Amino acid sequence: MPRSRILIALLLALGLVAAACGSDASDGAADAAEDPTTTIASEDPTTTVEDVTIEDAEGDPADSQMESSDDYPVTIESAGGTWTLEEAPQKIVSLSPAATEILFAVGAGEQVIAVDSYSYYPDNTPVTDLSGWDPNVEAVLAFEPDLVVISNDANDLVASLTALDIPVLVSPAPANIEGGYEAMAELGLVTGHVDETAVAVETMRTEIAAAMAVSPDVGVSIYHELDDTFFSASSFGFIGAVYAEMGASNIADEADADGYGFPQLTEEYIVEADPELIIITDQVAYTVEDVLARPGWGEISAIKNGNVVVVNADIASRWGPRLPQFIAAVAEALASVTVSS
Amino acid sequence: MVSLDHTSATSSSSVADEVDLAAEQAFRLPLRAVFVGLLVLALVGLFSASNGAAGLPVMGVVTSLLDHLPLIGVDSALSDRQVAILFQIRLPRMVIGMLVGGALGMAGGAYQGVFRNPLADPYLLGVSAGAGFGAVLALGFGLDIGWGPFDPVPAAAFVGSVVAVAASATIARGSWSSPATLLLGGVAMAALFSAAQTYALQRLSETRSREVLSWLFGNLSTSGWDQVWILGPYVVVCGTVLILHRRHLDVLRVGDDEARALGLNPARTRLLVIGAASLMTAAAVSVSGLIAFVGLVVPHIVRLLVSNSYRVIVPLSALVGAAFLAFVDVGARTLIAPSELPVGVITAFVGAPFFAFVLWRGHGSTA
Repeated sequence: MPRSRILIALLLALGLVAAACGSDASDGAADAAEDPTTTIASEDPTTTVEDVTIEDAEGDPADSQMESSDDYPVTIESAGGTWTLEEAPQKIVSLSPAATEILFAVGAGEQVIAVDSYSYYPDNTPVTDLSGWDPNVEAVLAFEPDLVVISNDANDLVASLTALDIPVLVSPAPANIEGGYEAMAELGLVTGHVDETAVAVETMRTEIAAAMAVSPDVGVSIYHELDDTFFSASSFGFIGAVYAEMGASNIADEADADGYGFPQLTEEYIVEADPELIIITDQVAYTVEDVLARPGWGEISAIKNGNVVVVNADIASRWGPRLPQFIAAVAEALASVTVSS
Repeated sequence: MVSLDHTSATSSSSVADEVDLAAEQAFRLPLRAVFVGLLVLALVGLFSASNGAAGLPVMGVVTSLLDHLPLIGVDSALSDRQVAILFQIRLPRMVIGMLVGGALGMAGGAYQGVFRNPLADPYLLGVSAGAGFGAVLALGFGLDIGWGPFDPVPAAAFVGSVVAVAASATIARGSWSSPATLLLGGVAMAALFSAAQTYALQRLSETRSREVLSWLFGNLSTSGWDQVWILGPYVVVCGTVLILHRRHLDVLRVGDDEARALGLNPARTRLLVIGAASLMTAAAVSVSGLIAFVGLVVPHIVRLLVSNSYRVIVPLSALVGAAFLAFVDVGARTLIAPSELPVGVITAFVGAPFFAFVLWRGHGSTA
């Protein structure tokens, strides 16, 4: 099983990196990553693990790419089926903004020929009219892709692409930050950028650990508002899981028994649950001042203390290289809550 | 004094006559039924005020409500936060529900009378599709025609629905005496605006489209009393016009020629009634989104339970619609609390079986 072996090797490498820089990270996530690493490594010390050491990762990128291209054929396994790639894909179509950010972050940007209309980060993505949530299979085929990356299988896209023998990778929203690293590892492996992925993940781990260190230990209660019909993000979605990992308690969790991730709250409950921090996104048509002035909300702690912050909606809905910025902003807001109360 | 006016040209004297006639009729409300309707509405109001996700103590709610009546001072046990929930969140929402339900019920009754069609509902002439298109443009594409107290989304929805109805009426130009053309014009406009709305929705990102869908399913959620002050005048003014014309709807039922023989100008009656009902519906929809079922079924429930006459159907549909929507919204607020259930879903869930029962029973007793 070359694929699973390489994937394990990659994850091990990531873990080793984390362990190596774990000395200054007192955070639990790094510690947790350390344990399984050592265990598995002692059981199955493959040569690949030694290939992907920190020294290699920090070496010449071209060199590492040569090395990782030896890893082909690569077998990918996802909700898009099982595919074996004989060589690195050079005509990738990404219909997932998060996957696009990751592909560019791990150095596979050159291999991407078309992305959906919301994949506008980083600046140099080949944005097209393609839609990720209502995709048109013929429009995708027009780019003659050798790999299609999507985050959810809308319009039976997987079946259509499979019928035409075009490899498709479903990279769904992960359940938590660690799952985000795995999504990055998978995309790095498939595109032949194992080493750069290791570096990117290492950087993220370090930055996130530093941002998390700012976050207060006491569980601040938060309400993440998606729009003014009170759709919210519970801990079952990616962004809610990030808040949970930051030690916040989420008022939306009680409304999400099904674990859907984005429950619609009823307004009375929000006032009664009395969140200490309200997070809105920059994609809504109202401002912090509007939220502060909402009738009946005056008794909410977050409103009384002015703890309403705006976050970048794109970063909050994607799992990618910009996550550390987001966590830093939220950690700062959480810290200011504990100061103000 | 009745003027036999066969042309659509209106003289001021005939308007005055009709108003006189209508004013005379206004005193012949079915008093007992209206009283029962008001009683039901009051009970629903109490039920709605004392139920919600926040679980306020019922006695606290009652004493707090009494405390706000003039000349009564009762010490309520509610905390500041609970008082805010009751008066700034729960009560305005209840009143919005009553206004929207009343508007839809009454407009539905009026439409059914004007079109002499039991399947007519207030969305028939494209109100909903026009409002939906306007709302999508405002929600997702930054269309901002909001001004003063009018938020962008309700403003755009209102303009969209008025434009759609006006377009339907324009297509059917001069055919106010044959409602079938108007109805078909409405079908055409509704289809056109629905297609435009679907296209716009398809261009939206997933996060924004969720907001639009939530609006399309209907949502009475509102903070504070602003929306009540915006919607209230429309409902009162248009409702008064409809109440004054309710007898004319009975006359229309016998056919246009006979109506003319009785001194009624069918074309002008239709214009006024459709205009008032559409304006009221547009205002309701712009505040609440698209709430299905109420406008279609409430008039039938009144018809089956009380009377077949529009003199009764129009005012009672307002009361029953108001009570029904306020009641059903308690479910939207509490059934899966602390989550919210779209009220449009429950209107059909609760209303359809009840309507089926009333139909079945009514049929059984007349057979």
